[in-house]
Amino acid sequence: MSVALHPGTGADASSSIVEVKGIGMIYPGGTVALEGLDLEIPSGQMTTLLGPSGCGKTTLLKIIAGLLEATSGEVWVAGTRVFGPGRERAFVFQDFALLPWATVLRNVAFGLELQGRDKAERERVARANIEKVGLAGFENAYPHELSGGMRQRVGLARALCVDAQVLLMDEPFSAVDEQTRRLFQEELLRLLAKENKTVIFVTHSIEEAVYMSDRIVLLSPRPGRINRIVTTEIDRQGLTSDEIRREKRFLDTVEDIWGTLKRYLDDERMEE
Amino acid sequence: MTVFGVRIPAVFSLIIWGVLWEIVGRTETVFIFPPLSGVFVALFKILGQNNFHDAALISLYAFAIGMICAVVAGVAMGFLMGRVETANKLLGMWVNIFASAPLSSLVPVLMLLFGFGLTTIIVTVFLFAVWIITLDTYAGVRHINPSLLEMGRIFGANRWQLYTKILFWAALPEILAGIRMGLIRAVKGVVIGQMLISVVALGQMFARYSRSFLLEEFWALTLILFAFALGLSSLIGWVERRVEYYAGTRA
Repeated sequence: MSVALHPGTGADASSSIVEVKGIGMIYPGGTVALEGLDLEIPSGQMTTLLGPSGCGKTTLLKIIAGLLEATSGEVWVAGTRVFGPGRERAFVFQDFALLPWATVLRNVAFGLELQGRDKAERERVARANIEKVGLAGFENAYPHELSGGMRQRVGLARALCVDAQVLLMDEPFSAVDEQTRRLFQEELLRLLAKENKTVIFVTHSIEEAVYMSDRIVLLSPRPGRINRIVTTEIDRQGLTSDEIRREKRFLDTVEDIWGTLKRYLDDERMEE
Repeated sequence: MTVFGVRIPAVFSLIIWGVLWEIVGRTETVFIFPPLSGVFVALFKILGQNNFHDAALISLYAFAIGMICAVVAGVAMGFLMGRVETANKLLGMWVNIFASAPLSSLVPVLMLLFGFGLTTIIVTVFLFAVWIITLDTYAGVRHINPSLLEMGRIFGANRWQLYTKILFWAALPEILAGIRMGLIRAVKGVVIGQMLISVVALGQMFARYSRSFLLEEFWALTLILFAFALGLSSLIGWVERRVEYYAGTRA
């Protein structure tokens, strides 16, 4: 049995919030990025999409987000088929995607601004979320005055503001240095434990995937298909992040996934 | 600039050239250069003349109308080309040709079309400025980080919000650079337009001064125009610097 981040809020596989049915993606030019992909994302958990570069994990995330239109297949969110972006899904971008001309406060409140909420209300919500991600005091700073890690906190706060059920994160830590990344991972876990959200997380780091998520969806490259799904059965209760990283189950899972990914690399090398 | 390790303010170079001009003028070797002091005397005389005021007013009016139209049309065309591939294929080549073509040669044709009046000058100003504004706006729109557009879509921006809250601001540094270059070209446009017609406003004054070898007045008028163009351009430059802080951080 998997130990979910939020026990009792939907570790049960029957309550999947996002369903991907037969998704195929062929880019103009004929590259087949994804083929016949079925996936169910359980509610209230963190699911990671992991795979070597070129396996279409970001493509899949953007299809779920509604940013890309799949060549075939359907995406269902909370029981409704979706054809584009929607309020029940928020996105955290790899390159932060902040407005460089706007302050932290306006950037965080931007989703609410687009929804047409009045200024006082959206700034109240934004300030609360800025505090949540640990950026209190930086409300009036501009993105270029912040470090990479702080900029991503702004991106996270903006996504939290719109109060979507599903949080989609596209390699959110890849542009952040290692120390910041570890701290941020920990804080994100702590934050999400309180928020009761479903998170779909794309990464190419095995350690990050095992450390962060309840379920890891391993994708195979070209065309992207689901290779297998790993549930990380690590009991995080009462352990520090360093202790988790030294856990036998943690190390075994990392080793296990590495074994699978290494085969892809070997295959690729054989082809060359 | 430093000479023998001493920092010299930039204005100093202006003074050197001014003194040189004065000396050359005094020697009366090159008739086209009257002494600078004489030019300044003429300058203040001109500034006090009623016919200069009228001429300046007409020119300024033509300049302003032409320029406003050029900014509106240039920014609109730039956005259209940047966002719609068909529009880019259709317009791109022409905009590039017009941006580099010697437009002065078109002015006589414009005269035939619009007559010997203000309309021709306004159209000339417009034609001198609009292409570079279009090209710069286009470049700005093309350089917008695609993530910003995706972000807008994710958080539910409608088309109007996408343009007014994201695209416009993201392209603003290039738009301003285009307007600054357009302004400088428009000053040329207003003078050339009037000179070729040579019956109205500043152009008429230029034509009269050069025909009757009133070189002090001629140079004085030139200096006034230079100062005007420089002043406007530095005003836009100042606005540009205010948005520059984010121009470099967009990548």
